[in-house]
Amino acid sequence: MGHHSNWPEWVYVGVVTALMVWVGAEAWNAERLVEHIPADAEIIKVTGQQWFWSFEHEDGTKEIGELHVKVGKAYKLEVTSKDVNHSFNIHDYVVLMDAIPGRVNTVWFAPTEAGEHDIQCREYCGLIHYNMRGKLIVEEAEPSS
Amino acid sequence: MVLELQKPRPIWQIMFSTHHTDIGLLYLITSIAFLFLGGALALGIRAELFLPGSQIIADSMTFNRMFTVHGTTLIFLFILPFASAVGNYLVPIMVRYKDMAYPKLNAIAFWMIPPAGALIWLGFADFTWYATPPYSIISAPGPAADMWIFGLKILGISSILGAINFIVTILKCKHPDMSMGQIPLLAWSFLTSSLIILVAIPTFAAALLMLLTDRLGISGFFNPAMGGDPIAYQHLFWFTFHPEVYVMVIPAIGMMYEIIPRFSRKPIFSHSSGIFAFVLLSMVSFSSWAHHMYATGMSFTEKTVFMIGTLAAVPASAMHVFNFIATMWNGRIKFATPMMWAVGGIALFFSAGAGGVVNAAMPLDFQTHDSYWVVGHFHLFVMGTIAFGSIGFFYYIFPYVTGRMYNEKMGQVHFVLSFVGAVLVFFTQHVLGLYGMPRRIYDYPPIPEWITMNQIASVGAMIIGVSMVIFLINMIYSSGKGKLADTDDPFNLGGKYYYPFEAKNPHH
Repeated sequence: MGHHSNWPEWVYVGVVTALMVWVGAEAWNAERLVEHIPADAEIIKVTGQQWFWSFEHEDGTKEIGELHVKVGKAYKLEVTSKDVNHSFNIHDYVVLMDAIPGRVNTVWFAPTEAGEHDIQCREYCGLIHYNMRGKLIVEEAEPSS
Repeated sequence: MVLELQKPRPIWQIMFSTHHTDIGLLYLITSIAFLFLGGALALGIRAELFLPGSQIIADSMTFNRMFTVHGTTLIFLFILPFASAVGNYLVPIMVRYKDMAYPKLNAIAFWMIPPAGALIWLGFADFTWYATPPYSIISAPGPAADMWIFGLKILGISSILGAINFIVTILKCKHPDMSMGQIPLLAWSFLTSSLIILVAIPTFAAALLMLLTDRLGISGFFNPAMGGDPIAYQHLFWFTFHPEVYVMVIPAIGMMYEIIPRFSRKPIFSHSSGIFAFVLLSMVSFSSWAHHMYATGMSFTEKTVFMIGTLAAVPASAMHVFNFIATMWNGRIKFATPMMWAVGGIALFFSAGAGGVVNAAMPLDFQTHDSYWVVGHFHLFVMGTIAFGSIGFFYYIFPYVTGRMYNEKMGQVHFVLSFVGAVLVFFTQHVLGLYGMPRRIYDYPPIPEWITMNQIASVGAMIIGVSMVIFLINMIYSSGKGKLADTDDPFNLGGKYYYPFEAKNPHH
């Protein structure tokens, strides 16, 4: 204490603080862009329950365990749960949103190419949590005739 | 403070003692016992995840119970009691007082831990260490959940009693010649972490009661079927348990502040910046609780606020790391076992902190949240930083407690294996999280990347397991048959580096 100067420490703290400000600003900006839901996004109602996912499209089509979507369209998912907390996750599209009974949380994504992706539950929900899995099937958009 | 292991006393004299070193010894033995019990569960979990499909655990419910009790045990029955052990040994000596301020309260706080541990282990609940409703209300089976709630309730009271004792001992019983600035950083770490406990724990204590009455069906605070809000529980829980992270990490940093200057044979670079960083950490610890909840549907503004609160903890943590490195700079460092653990712990603390910045950044959190990344991240803290600091300190006080030296070679092998194991397990778990593997799963689909990463992690865990067996053998053998320690300078560092140990409080 007092025998030597502390300036290297304050320079270091300054650098770390500046780094954190930069990380925070970048994250703020990225999240702002990511959360902007396109106006023409189609709504899909997603419901989690022990231990499967069910989906309802805007046109009334219902699916269980599999979700069919089309390339080039944006989808707004309205996620909720019938029993306990779940977390709806399509890892390949960084879609992650908790499904909580009594609440509707929204998240959106726009598939870019045809293919199959895993859907899973990321919040502990009991006995079969490990196997509360589904498939996202992205299909080519039909050419408009 | 050498305990009279050479002239043994009957065990009941230690058990019913209110003397601070006796209670320290009880805390120490209890916490190390639970370290081995909780660690054994971890090995079971890793063995199960070595391959997809069922390996050694017959059903998912047993697996879920195992990771629940694993987490609860190591947090509440290893880390916190271990810190209390160190505090009991050293805080009264460091503030030059004959005992803790309230010796009987001290004994009561300790004796609440064994029954709480028994409730948790006999119940073996399955609802994860954060017992989130509605699952914990409507779905978690049987008396196990209620036993867990009562166990945690008792541990919370024990923590509060211990915290009051440390605060009063440091503030009111310190020697009048000592100013606050002269109190060693280890004692400062107990002062700040105890203050956090007093502010943080009552919130969870309330939430536990609400959870219990919800389970009994007489209230519906967190039950949406009765108009309650499960998110409210998560706020109450994390308002306690995010600061609790600092309750665990601050004493571990305090322990490093004891080890590093002595084995570098230099004074601490800046005592005052250590104090400043402790106080700052204890305040910012309350500004970041909801960063665990980005994915619960929080608004953009809420997320931004908690991201800023989280990032604010980084400069204060970085000050400690800087202090450690600047203390070692130009020092005549002796890499004996305690120093190895402390330096290894600092390296892993840095890695854990870097991962934490990623979690705090909002868009990246949606990659990592509730995936194995998070498991790797917080294990780097609780195992890599806190347990490493604690085990290093265990080696450091071993000669003072037993009057005998441990086997240095075995201690070093223990460190090297644990360090390699920790890197293999926890760094790999970060990668697994980026591949998308959710946490708390009993089985996983045979995705090739997941299998490889899980196998590396499981091998790492087994290496840690082997190192812990070496630790156990070393401790048991050396405490009875190790060579007698020179209690003036057991690590042969030369000079007066042992200020706190000069004092010895006689039994009264």
